[in-house]
Amino acid sequence: MRRLEPAAVLGVMSRDVTIFRKFWKATTFSSVVEPTIYLIAFGFGFGALVTEVGGVDYIEYVGTGIVASAALFASVFAGMFNTFVRREFQRTYDAILAAPVNTEELVTAEILWIACRAGVYCMAPLLVATLFGLTPEWTTIFVPFVGFLTGFGFASFGVLISALAKSIDNFNYVTSAVVTPLFLISGTFFPISGLPDGIQVIAQINPLYHCVQLVRALVLGGLELADAWHVVALLIFAVGMWLLAIWRQRIRLID
Amino acid sequence: MTAEPAISLHGVVKRFGPLTAVDHLDLEVPAGVCFGLLGPNGAGKSTTMRLLTAQALADEGHIRVLGHDVPYDSKAARLRMGVCPQQDNLDVEMSVRQTLAVFSRLYRVPRHERSAAIDRALQIARLTDRADAKVTELSGGMRRRLLIGRALVHTPDLVLLDEPTVGLDPQVRQELWSLIDGLRAEGVTVLMSTHYIEEAERLADVVGVMAAGQIVALGTPDDLVLEHAGREVIEVYGPPARLAEVDADATARGWQTRRSGPAVAILRAETLDGDAPDGERRAATLEDAFVMLTGAEVD
Repeated sequence: MRRLEPAAVLGVMSRDVTIFRKFWKATTFSSVVEPTIYLIAFGFGFGALVTEVGGVDYIEYVGTGIVASAALFASVFAGMFNTFVRREFQRTYDAILAAPVNTEELVTAEILWIACRAGVYCMAPLLVATLFGLTPEWTTIFVPFVGFLTGFGFASFGVLISALAKSIDNFNYVTSAVVTPLFLISGTFFPISGLPDGIQVIAQINPLYHCVQLVRALVLGGLELADAWHVVALLIFAVGMWLLAIWRQRIRLID
Repeated sequence: MTAEPAISLHGVVKRFGPLTAVDHLDLEVPAGVCFGLLGPNGAGKSTTMRLLTAQALADEGHIRVLGHDVPYDSKAARLRMGVCPQQDNLDVEMSVRQTLAVFSRLYRVPRHERSAAIDRALQIARLTDRADAKVTELSGGMRRRLLIGRALVHTPDLVLLDEPTVGLDPQVRQELWSLIDGLRAEGVTVLMSTHYIEEAERLADVVGVMAAGQIVALGTPDDLVLEHAGREVIEVYGPPARLAEVDADATARGWQTRRSGPAVAILRAETLDGDAPDGERRAATLEDAFVMLTGAEVD
């Protein structure tokens, strides 16, 4: 691994920022409306049956849980689709790599940008939940960092998948077999303690589960030293996926 | 002149599975010249271009670009090099100006010089009045000019043009030729690959004819013609049977011939005695030399 030059990484990100200016409204709309729908559907629908989960109001439970979903959805699909389209159809990456930018800088810049967006947009559900009566603790100010870290990992995962995919249809397998299960067994809508033992183990290695736990501790209070483990788990996931994404993209980009 | 060449390749091999795209290629491009890499499709021209930017990695051999070892020190070389690819890879999500702005950053143009660099590139590409147009709104010729402008935004010392006029109509091609000619006048080293003979003839100071991954002939266009096709050519027209007869007769006498559309062309006509068949005499061209060298017909 050669050195990552900030000028190269920032140069690639300047392209992302330029394009984002065009579609930020649509992105912002969907990242606010989606959690609102989840909150209404689960909060009122499910909340009519369950008032408390693990000692907190169900609306608070879901409101904090979908922060992780927001970070997931803001990152994994961007990582998969955007990088695939730019590499295979638009050939944007070919143009960038002819400039003084290496694959690791290109991949890192794309992932960093997606992670930044995830860090910002993961706050949308909390804003919505506040309107529904959530009162966040002061430690909520660290939630964007958790969203960034989670987004970095899942963006890297998406970029890795885009490097392995033969065609854009392959993403369907990943969405159904990986993303949806991760989303559902993360402790977002219900505690994983009610799940069978085997599935609980999967939940433990699900990065999203660690994100959910961390966000709940930060927003609802009760942060403990043991929660550092969740940060470590997210870090391992992020760095591991990042390195794999660089490795596989280099194979696809350099003949 | 002891100055290092802008580009040098020694013994470069690039394989794709069973296919050897570049086969022990030796090539030197002196600084300041416009070098035309002429060859049929599949000769290895585009692969050679990608090797120079380290977007393809050689299996064997040594490559140096602008005094830097490639791929080891390729980024330093790419900093002073502009690339116009064969396949249009403009960013369809951006405007003309945004495209140039992003690439001025990628090429590390200092912040305070960026806006001047963008204006300059717009001027070169003659797109100043289309600066705010989206890339998707441009015509084919304009897109090609923007690709060249994008490659020049950082005033590089070396420009790689991969088939710069492929697929464009003749008028647009003329326009691009004058643009490329302007580069040479500014002392920029140009490496241009093409399979259009006329393009190489018009623009290149030195032509390297490439076939099957190797340079098979090297020289100025005039020298190549003289060496491989002579001064004059006689073209004999007639029905297929007559052409076959002329061809067989000429081959028996040890003359060099080539089929040229509806005619047989006999090369080095100036060396033939009076017994050459009747036909139209014309000056030999680079196309004659090219066909003799590569065996390929020209499209």
